[in-house]
Amino acid sequence: MRITQGCFSFLPDLTDEQISRQVQYCLEQGWAVNIEFTDDPHPRNHFWEMWGLPMFDLRDAAGVMMELNECRKVYGNSYIRLSAFDSSHGWESVRLSFIVNRPKEEPGFRLERHEMAGRNIRYTTRSYAADRPEGRRYD
Amino acid sequence: MDVDTTPMTDAVNLRDELEAVGIEEILSQLDRELIGLKPVKTRIREIASLLLIERIRKRMGLASGAPTLHMSFTGNPGTGKTTVALRIASILHRLGFVRRGQVVSVTRDELVGQYIGHTAPKTKEILKKAMGGVLFIDEAYYLHRPDNERDYGQEAIEILLQVMETQREDLVVILAGYGDRMDKFFASNPGFRSRIAHHIDFPDYADDELLAIAELMLRDMNYGFTPDARAEFVRYIALRRNQPLFSNARSIRNALDRLRLRQANRLVADLDHILTADDIRSIEASDVLASRVFGKGGKSAEAG
Repeated sequence: MRITQGCFSFLPDLTDEQISRQVQYCLEQGWAVNIEFTDDPHPRNHFWEMWGLPMFDLRDAAGVMMELNECRKVYGNSYIRLSAFDSSHGWESVRLSFIVNRPKEEPGFRLERHEMAGRNIRYTTRSYAADRPEGRRYD
Repeated sequence: MDVDTTPMTDAVNLRDELEAVGIEEILSQLDRELIGLKPVKTRIREIASLLLIERIRKRMGLASGAPTLHMSFTGNPGTGKTTVALRIASILHRLGFVRRGQVVSVTRDELVGQYIGHTAPKTKEILKKAMGGVLFIDEAYYLHRPDNERDYGQEAIEILLQVMETQREDLVVILAGYGDRMDKFFASNPGFRSRIAHHIDFPDYADDELLAIAELMLRDMNYGFTPDARAEFVRYIALRRNQPLFSNARSIRNALDRLRLRQANRLVADLDHILTADDIRSIEASDVLASRVFGKGGKSAEAG
């Protein structure tokens, strides 16, 4: 199951050219672009690992693409996303975030129903991939 | 983008093309603002011509890869290496060789780390900032310390070389330094020598060029020589050249700064005098003559 998080995730995967254009837009807005990766695709997993430091003061997307390619070499079979941080006063938060790399196979989620007192049901989504230990989830 | 919108053509009017890019304007501006430096100007003219032809080739569907534009500037102190490097980024940008046109000016400190594992991120960060523009490495030979084989400079050099090779279209690297030491640096890092297409040597300035530089600098600062002062300054240049630690235009700039000091001092000394704009603008012969260069421990104890 293809996960859909952040911008553009209902579109076909962006090509490098398209990614580079998006990054350039971010840089022109004065946002710092970060590269993050994870192998836990749960939608509530907000804490992805950072690849290097946030990239402040860049002028051209080529620098980000260079880092992204490095990151793909190491974590090519995980989720990688770019996020753009706006440090200007009043925003101070992420303005744009989109997935730029995903595993070859995305096994998707299992829906668990916990039957509670009465006829209440609590739902839990659990990623099939997350059943395996960290680092071996998409081997 | 140009390629997609314009239909392929077989014949091109070179003159129209020249005007479209605005090369002549850039080059004549360079001629106006930089005195001397023939080899540098020639090389920039060549690069500009190459761009023109590249554009036309593209239009005709004769694609060729991005040309290597990495450069090394060698020359004595004060011959304008840094000035030209700063200028060249905007030239390359206007000619369309680099996308953004910023200059990131660094020395060894910004590239080389202090402990293991520190150098690579540091170098890469600088490279990323310079992408789309020009990376200017001043006194590049300090990157290589032949006496210490564990020096982290080598690591920075390797990363630089790799990026210079693989991302030629994203980044132009300019190395600068004094001639003899750069030669030694290239001799011990043959990879650098071969990846740099343009080795430009900055010649020393002739006396009349130094005078022209001085007058240009003064004009920019809204000062001017009186005719007498100008004649004395010609003598000053000839004398100063033979003294130790002469560094071309930099010595001239320092001399001018001292002239301004002495001029101000002279003006302040006479409080009853009503100053005109002309008085404040002009540097007189006595200001120049007060320099130590003329005296040999004679007229003035003042430095300079």
